[in-house]
Amino acid sequence: MRWIWIDKFTEFTSRTSATAVKNVTLAEEQLHDLYPDFPIYPHSLIVEGMAQTAGILVGEAGGFAEKVILAKIGRATFHQLVRPGDSLTFSAKIEQFSQQGASASGTVTTDGKLVAEIELMFSHIDQNMAGMEFPEHNFVFTEQFTELLKSYRLQGEITL
Amino acid sequence: MRRDAKSHSKPRFNGADMAMSRDEVYSKVQGVLVDALGVDDEQVKPTARLKQDLGAESIDFLDIVFRLEKAFGIKIPRGELVPENVLTDPNYVQNGRVTPAGMTELKKRMPYVDLNEFEKNPQVDQLPFTVDAVVRYVQSKLPA
Repeated sequence: MRWIWIDKFTEFTSRTSATAVKNVTLAEEQLHDLYPDFPIYPHSLIVEGMAQTAGILVGEAGGFAEKVILAKIGRATFHQLVRPGDSLTFSAKIEQFSQQGASASGTVTTDGKLVAEIELMFSHIDQNMAGMEFPEHNFVFTEQFTELLKSYRLQGEITL
Repeated sequence: MRRDAKSHSKPRFNGADMAMSRDEVYSKVQGVLVDALGVDDEQVKPTARLKQDLGAESIDFLDIVFRLEKAFGIKIPRGELVPENVLTDPNYVQNGRVTPAGMTELKKRMPYVDLNEFEKNPQVDQLPFTVDAVVRYVQSKLPA
């Protein structure tokens, strides 16, 4: 299984905001783990989807030079359950950005209805963890994440 | 009870043409800490220490810096509110205690922290980085 919880970007404004979409399907195993006979999409994966949307936005703002790690969930308020067949829209914006990290906020909606409001903090770990060394290569932004952004940027260029 | 930061950030008058009083700075700082640390208003007393009493962890300090910058419209340079490389320097901290050289450095780098009592028994994990210290720091950044 790939640890990727958004399907595509539909908007990406460097250093500012990003919007991504995730389609929830009954075929996904994780929908069936919480309540028998009542499949719902887990709240933790809604937070993860926002972390990936905002995390790629923060990573791109630093030219993918930093290892961007989700360091804190400041707030996560949920307004309704997400069911199979729902299409989630993650709208994230960077609130503040510095050498050491960034804060981001966002909303999750389905069909125009508010699903969640989330505030996150990201750490540029090489700048913060004094005395700790991490691998030199950027293990955060692997191909599966950078491909998402690449395919969004290609969309405008492809004509069939 | 958790209070919304917005209730703290309402200026009673236009801060641009009049200096903020200590109470106003304190009230805003309190709101920032309530939001950043998920603590109650009542816990954020002037003498409460951010780490030991309010449970602040390393990422919380970046969160606090961001929120202070936003709430007061100030810029906080890296390492100014929370100095780096002091408490991890073996010249400044030995066997869990701040050395005389470390004390000199702390006084220079954190003039807004009251180190008088701490100096008598300078155990590094008891550094009195209090709510009051944050208020004094913010006041030093605001126009007089």
